[in-house]
Amino acid sequence: MSFEDWFREDRLPHIYCTGCGNGTVINCTLEAVEQMGWAVDDTVFISGIGCSSRAPGYIKTDSLHTTHGRALAFATGVKLANPRLHVVVFTGDGDLAAIGGNHFIHACRRNIDLTVVCMNNMIYGMTGGQGSPCTPVGAISTTTPYGAAEPAFDLSELAVTAGANYVARWTSYHVRELTKAVQAGLETPGFSFIEALTQCPTAYGRRNKLRQVSDMIQYLRTNVIMVQKIQRMRERGEPIPDDKIPVGEFVRRNRPAMGVQK
Amino acid sequence: MQGNTACAEGALAAGCRFFGGYPITPSTEIAEHMARRLPKTDGVFVQMEDEIASIAAVIGASWTGARAMTATSGPGFSLMMENIGYAVMTETPCVIVNIQRGGPSTGQPTMGAQGDMLQCRFGSHGDYSTIALSPSSVQEMYDLTAKAFNLADRFRVPVFVMSDEVIGHTRERITIPDRVEIVTRRPLEKGTLPFRGGDDGVPGFPEFGMGHGVHVTGLTHDERGYPEATDPHVHAALVQRLVSKVESARHDIADYEVVNPDAETVFVTYGPPTRSVKQVMHDQPDEGVGHLHLRIVWPFPERLLRLFTNAKTFIVPEMNMGQVAREVERHTDLPVISVPKLGGELHTPGELRTLLEARP
Repeated sequence: MSFEDWFREDRLPHIYCTGCGNGTVINCTLEAVEQMGWAVDDTVFISGIGCSSRAPGYIKTDSLHTTHGRALAFATGVKLANPRLHVVVFTGDGDLAAIGGNHFIHACRRNIDLTVVCMNNMIYGMTGGQGSPCTPVGAISTTTPYGAAEPAFDLSELAVTAGANYVARWTSYHVRELTKAVQAGLETPGFSFIEALTQCPTAYGRRNKLRQVSDMIQYLRTNVIMVQKIQRMRERGEPIPDDKIPVGEFVRRNRPAMGVQK
Repeated sequence: MQGNTACAEGALAAGCRFFGGYPITPSTEIAEHMARRLPKTDGVFVQMEDEIASIAAVIGASWTGARAMTATSGPGFSLMMENIGYAVMTETPCVIVNIQRGGPSTGQPTMGAQGDMLQCRFGSHGDYSTIALSPSSVQEMYDLTAKAFNLADRFRVPVFVMSDEVIGHTRERITIPDRVEIVTRRPLEKGTLPFRGGDDGVPGFPEFGMGHGVHVTGLTHDERGYPEATDPHVHAALVQRLVSKVESARHDIADYEVVNPDAETVFVTYGPPTRSVKQVMHDQPDEGVGHLHLRIVWPFPERLLRLFTNAKTFIVPEMNMGQVAREVERHTDLPVISVPKLGGELHTPGELRTLLEARP
């Protein structure tokens, strides 16, 4: 089998816009699932509402496309009731961090055995480009026409602090690293959180001087800094640039977890 | 046994294996009892972060084939409304117990009420129909909670046990049967579409992990389960099926008690006011006074009103401002006297007797 065998072909074509980064993240996730050797019948994909949350509809496993923000609460019920199932959650920054923020921190705290892949495009794409809790300060959206004034959430830091066993962040440019991170998350018992920064040329890029898809991918490539480099700079006492987004593995640990198959 | 304990025990007897809940007065004893009992019966108890998460976890658990329930009261019930609609749309069997208290808002946390009867019927957005049971004693709390699981599985709907603080906190002697009747959901046959209704409008259930590869979505979907949110015919057919699979069974599933069917004055009750009426009829037996006691309120079995062929007046005492009295009015040309009572106290037999003495 290859990762392509996981797709529900009779549902194609998909709804994603030309140049969307979500497809890359879905491919990376399915590649990681494929590497795990899991059976289609034992795997469940769960999501909330938004562009990212349409992903399970294109995958041939059992899948639960739920209500806005609540995917983790639904997933908690599935996993606790049947720990034999492998449960993977697709979500986005609006779904997870705004309306679903409470469920996010509690799922991390419970350290329930799920793998969550968050496509963070820093915007509400499905509804046409409103500001999200992850829209960078100054960025233009339809609800921040003069630039976002609110500070953004750092989702990965939040997951680490709230108790997740595995946390990593990459981007849709870093395909191999992202795939490996998802696989590490799938392998780790307990709550695994993989944040994938993705380009949204339709709702974000075109309002923020990143009109071309390649501009956005270039932005994701050049505006990140490896956590190891931050560590080295800190040890040397060098100033850490605050305009770069840290990427890499933030935590891998073994706190007591719930819903792990015995 | 306390009413809330009987509710939990009835659920366990029916094979409930999953409880997701959040503490709220006056329902909390149900969660506490499940927290003690479920881990010892191969079940799962989880205290979620709020009622939205509680009903979500229950729906998730149900897709793995488990009989699943939650229990709450007014404010938590309000929070659950969106996901109750999701359970309706995705045809997820589950049981939601509402130990009603005085509302609106925080209202009277420790006092009984029946103020959520219309909310359970219409509270989530869009057109739909579900099933609501209403116990009037601790025995009925046990029996009807167990029955709720059968109805949920048979019709693949969220089923409400619409009890209240009065019954939830009443202690009475009850008879626990050796075993309760269990009718589980019909599994989806391989090769059939997961959202095509059978003869009764209910599709077979494609349990997760059994190789069905089912896609479950709250979006309007076709019979394959695939989103089809802009075709007017697909939406109309789906919603009509969701409503009619419940409404067309309303007389088949009706659960009631009829006393003095030849009477001219007929009490119609559900839940605690049933007790007041029974007391009136016990104290002063009168063949001119009839009683229709409904154990299932929704879908409303309107044909039962016509069992009282000599009826001249229906009297509907409720611990709200006349929520089900309106439904009775809708189905009869006879005068319907609504007897609302707010504040948490039950109608006294004396109050109801005064009403009878005043009749023409």
